[in-house]
Amino acid sequence: MDMNRLERIDDWTWRVKRAAGSSGADALLYGDRELMAAMDDKVLEQIGNVAQLPGLVGSAMAMPDAHWGYGFPIGGVAAFDPDEGGIISAGGVGFDISCGIRCLRTDLTLPDIAPKLERLGERLFQTIPAGVGVEGDLQLSIDELDTVMRDGAEWAVRRGYGTGEDLQYVEERGRVGGSVPDNVSQTAKKRQRGEMGTLGSGNHYLEVQVVDRIDDAAAAQAYGIREGQIVISIHCGSRGLGHQIGTDYLVSLAKAAGRLGITLPDRELACAPINSPEGQAYIGAMNAAINVALANRQILTALTRETVHELFPSAQIETLFDVSHNTCKPETHVVEGKRRRLYVHRKGATRAFGPGHPDLPARYREVGQPVIIGGSMGTGSYILAGTTQSEARSFSSASHGAGRQMSRHQALKQWHGRQLIDELRSHGILIRTRSMRGAAEEAPGAYKDVDAVARATEGAGLARRVAFLKPKVCVKG
Amino acid sequence: MAAVHEYFEHGADIGVIGRGASIEEAFVQAAASMFAIMLESDAAQPLVEIEVDFDEDDVEFALVRWLNALLAQARERGVVLCQFELQRNDDHWHGIARGEPWRESHARGTEVKGATLTALSVRQDDNGWQARCVVDV
Repeated sequence: MDMNRLERIDDWTWRVKRAAGSSGADALLYGDRELMAAMDDKVLEQIGNVAQLPGLVGSAMAMPDAHWGYGFPIGGVAAFDPDEGGIISAGGVGFDISCGIRCLRTDLTLPDIAPKLERLGERLFQTIPAGVGVEGDLQLSIDELDTVMRDGAEWAVRRGYGTGEDLQYVEERGRVGGSVPDNVSQTAKKRQRGEMGTLGSGNHYLEVQVVDRIDDAAAAQAYGIREGQIVISIHCGSRGLGHQIGTDYLVSLAKAAGRLGITLPDRELACAPINSPEGQAYIGAMNAAINVALANRQILTALTRETVHELFPSAQIETLFDVSHNTCKPETHVVEGKRRRLYVHRKGATRAFGPGHPDLPARYREVGQPVIIGGSMGTGSYILAGTTQSEARSFSSASHGAGRQMSRHQALKQWHGRQLIDELRSHGILIRTRSMRGAAEEAPGAYKDVDAVARATEGAGLARRVAFLKPKVCVKG
Repeated sequence: MAAVHEYFEHGADIGVIGRGASIEEAFVQAAASMFAIMLESDAAQPLVEIEVDFDEDDVEFALVRWLNALLAQARERGVVLCQFELQRNDDHWHGIARGEPWRESHARGTEVKGATLTALSVRQDDNGWQARCVVDV
C-alpha cells in the first residue's frame, strides 16, 4: 500500500485521502501501520468505490483483515439508509451468501482426544462431505428446498439435525425473515439439491481445535471455554444455491444500473435501491440463501456430533455461536444520537454486537457477542467479544479471518500440497483433504499474521480478544 | 500433451484467460482454464454432453454468462467438464460441453463458485481475441 494515500487518524484508523472537490463519503481502514503497508492498493480503490454508492451512512470501512475482493473488498463494511436512496449490492454480499463459522464447544480436552486423533480425523473426513464435486447423502426435492429457504436451521432441527438448544446460539435464532423462494431461480434450486450438508472447497474447513490461551477470563467463562478444551469450528456457506443467486443477480443488477439511475464506479458493485422492486427481489433471494447457509451448518453440526460420539460417546457438544460473514442485514444503529434502520453490508466481515445488545442470547448479553476470526490451518483462530465502541466505530462489525496476503496462484508456485501436509503433521496438525492443490493454495504462509489481525481488531475497538485456538485436525474442502 | 491454461493474479480468487482467433474460441479456452482449476482437464473423459443456450448482446456479459451457465449445469449434473464448443448467431449463444461424473479417484482442485465482473474484458489485439475475468473460488 502506498501510505502517502492514507491519512492517519490514530494508531489503528486511517482515512483514504481524497482529491480536492471529490464527492462521496469517507473511506476508513482499520489496522496498524504494518497491516496497512502490506495491504493491496486495490483495497483502497475498492473501498473508495463503495464510499461513492448512494445512500451510504457514515463511512465505507475496511476491517484489519481486508484484501482485494470483487466489487467490495473482502473485509468491507457499509451501511445504507433505504429512506435516503440507499442501495443493496449483490457484489457487497458476494457469491457465498451467508458464509460463516459455527463454533462448537465440547467438554473434551486435548489429553482426552490425543490417543484417538488420527481416527477422529479419518472419521470426520469420511462423514463430512468436503471438496469440489462431493455431494451429501441428503437429496432434496424443490418443494422441500423452498421450505429450507423459508425456515433455515429450524427446518434442519425438525428433520432431526441437532437440537433447539443449538438455535439459541445462531444469529437470528437460525432463521431470517423476508425470504422469498420465488425470487430464486430454478437453476439455483437445482444446483442445491445434492449440496445440503456439504462443506464446499477453497477456504472452507472443519477444524478440531484446542483452546491454547485465554485472554479475557470473564468472557471465556460466559462462552463456556477454558484452556486445554477442545472446540470444533465449521466454516462454510450457502453452497450452490447461494452461488447461483449471486450469479443471477450480479448480472441482472449490473445491467439494470443505468435504468435505475445509478452510476457504478465498478460494475461488480451491481446494486439497486433498497426501496425498488429490483432491490427487494434480491433481498428476498439473499434471505433465502442465508436460511440455506444456516441450515447447512446445522446439518454439519449434527454430522460432526454423531461422528465425535462414535469415538467419545459421552462427549457434550454444544453450539457456542454461529456467525455469518457475507451478508446484508437490516439493523438498528445509533447515528449521531438518532436511532436509524440501516442495511449493513458485511462482505468478509463479522457482526460484532456489544454488551447489552437485545439480540444476543441471555448467556452472552453481559460480555458481548462471540466474534470468530478463522485463521489458516497452520496457525490458529481467535474468539473475540463484541465491544460497546464498535457500534460507533463500525456499525458493530469486526474482522472475519486472517485475510490472504498472497494470491492462490503465487501460493501454488511456492508450496506443494503433500509437502505442506507432511510439514504440518510434524507440528502436530493433521490435514485431511481430497485436494492437494487446495492445500497448497491455503498454505498458512499465504495468509496474514492472524495475531496481528486480532490485535488490530482489538486496538481499533472493533472486538476484544477472548481466546486463541490452535488447530489439531483440519478437514479441508 | 496437457493443455495450457492461462491465469492472472488476483488477491483472493483466480483470474482466468482465454485466447483465440475468434471470440468463441477465446471463450472456449477461458472455460477450459476455469474447469482446470477444479480438475486437470486431461484427467476427465468426454463421456456425457451438456448444452447451454442464452441470448446476450454485450460480449463481456456473454463471457460471464457462458462460464456461469457451464458451472450451473456441471453442478446440477454432478459432472466435471473438459471439452467445450461455442457458436454465436447474432445475440444467441449456443454451447456444447463434455465431461464425466466426478469419481473418487479424481485428483480434485478447488471449486469455482462463479465468474465475476471483476477485471472482465473481451478484446481484440494483434494476436487475436482475449477474454478474461476473475472467478470466485
